[in-house]
Amino acid sequence: MTPLKLDTACTIETPEGISLKLYPAGPVARGAAWLIDSLIRIGLYIGLVLVLGVLGATGTGILLVAVFFLEWFYPVYYELTRGSTPGKSAFGMVVVHSDGTPVGWQASVIRNLLRTVDFLPLFYGFGLVSMLLNKRFQRLGDMAADTLVVYKPAPRESAVINSMAIKPPADLLPREQQALINFAERMERISESRSIELSDHLVSLTGEKGRQGVEKLLGYARWLANGR
Amino acid sequence: MRQIQFQQLHEASWSALEEILDSLESGRNGPKLPTESIRRLPSLYRDVCQHLALAQSRCYSTALIEKLHHLAMRAHHQLYKREFRIGKRMLEFMVSDFPVTLRNHHRLFWLAFMLFFAPGILFGAVCYFNPDMIYVVVDDSSVAQMEYMYNPDADHQTGRQEGMENASRVSMFGFYVYNNTGIGFRTFAGGILAGLGTLFFLVLNGLVIGGIAGYLTELGYVETFWGFVIGHGSFELVAIVISGMAGLLLGKAIIAPGNMRRIEALKRNAGQAVILISGAAGMFFTAALIEAFWSPLPIPAAIKFIAGALLWLLVFSYLFFTGRNRNAA
Repeated sequence: MTPLKLDTACTIETPEGISLKLYPAGPVARGAAWLIDSLIRIGLYIGLVLVLGVLGATGTGILLVAVFFLEWFYPVYYELTRGSTPGKSAFGMVVVHSDGTPVGWQASVIRNLLRTVDFLPLFYGFGLVSMLLNKRFQRLGDMAADTLVVYKPAPRESAVINSMAIKPPADLLPREQQALINFAERMERISESRSIELSDHLVSLTGEKGRQGVEKLLGYARWLANGR
Repeated sequence: MRQIQFQQLHEASWSALEEILDSLESGRNGPKLPTESIRRLPSLYRDVCQHLALAQSRCYSTALIEKLHHLAMRAHHQLYKREFRIGKRMLEFMVSDFPVTLRNHHRLFWLAFMLFFAPGILFGAVCYFNPDMIYVVVDDSSVAQMEYMYNPDADHQTGRQEGMENASRVSMFGFYVYNNTGIGFRTFAGGILAGLGTLFFLVLNGLVIGGIAGYLTELGYVETFWGFVIGHGSFELVAIVISGMAGLLLGKAIIAPGNMRRIEALKRNAGQAVILISGAAGMFFTAALIEAFWSPLPIPAAIKFIAGALLWLLVFSYLFFTGRNRNAA
């Protein structure tokens, strides 16, 4: 049995022999994205009715064709031109094949035509059940089309470590060195009491408790990352 | 090698890659880079892949690994994009992909055909001999409306025969596209529920259409009804059958996946089914054009019957003969 993971990331291997990580988006975020897209579509319908209303019966015909395309192909259009609908883009999501490549027309058409079944019996009932039973949050349409809705990766800027470099008192394994550097780079995002709590685990290394311990760890990290 | 040296050594190639990616991602309106610099994309991508692997194995900081991962991901996205040129593909699709895929699954085509036409013909006969049976599948007001629409003695018939306004023809076209193609798409999508949704839509539509045909024939509205429907019926009814066939292909992956896991069978069959349903959509559009602009024309029913028969012949010979030599090649 594979061990349970903390996050939902899944790894794909590219032909170049490296592993890329994908972070599938869950039902809540996708529901919110769908809501935004629905509002946009309703806005478009209203606009179309106002414009085409003056054209009488001909306008009705054009309107029905437009409604048909908006209903079935609104997501297809955006997925093929921009990677995802405006609603999904607002949450930083993008639709990809399960190998991480941008979605093509066939997969996009499949997942969006099958949307009508995912919507059954009410408000994406089948889609929700399917997503919850699936490790990668795929609804039925995603499974048939072999697609994923993932978050676009947004990297943090490498944080600058401002402490004085201190040589660590012992030789550290690469993993341990990495942990120290990560600690230093995450300093801005964790509270002071939490950083003290973490550094107190390493009293045997630093020989200090509290604030001084943290400073020493930052010094080690600086030394490891940048040298003296 | 220390991380800082590593970064200094490769920073230039990363920013070069970043520049290319920025330009590619900004699309048509964005800044254009010269072709020579775009050509460097694959080699820069391979470099960043190597740097990422090195950074991971040397346990460099997470921030650096994330940065390289992000770059590799963006480049991967650009390199492995599938090109889609609609104009070129469209012709290829019509003369080859669609009819060839259909023939590769000809058993499913005939199964869908029977599931639609058998209940239709049977129930049509039932309604012909026992007209009250129509109310089992169609409600009163719809029956009354149908009766009125195809009544040869009704006032509007003469009006229609003398030339319907173009405007209302466009509106009928819109309605046929919206309604009929939508029915086709739902018939297809229902297939993922182990084929049950498709089965339901095929049989139900067969019953309704067959029942109405039998009922109106019994009333003697032969020229108005059959004259109207024979032309577009070729494209429309066969398109319903093909939508059903595409749905059954999805259902087959669930019911009889063969030597594959169900999910793998589903992915493979869906790839074929999407070609079928796209072709069916094209046929629905064609049917809508015929139904809106040809079928209501005030011309003798005999001409409509001859043209209609030719259209049926056209549809079947298109589906069964187009792209055969390509298939063999």
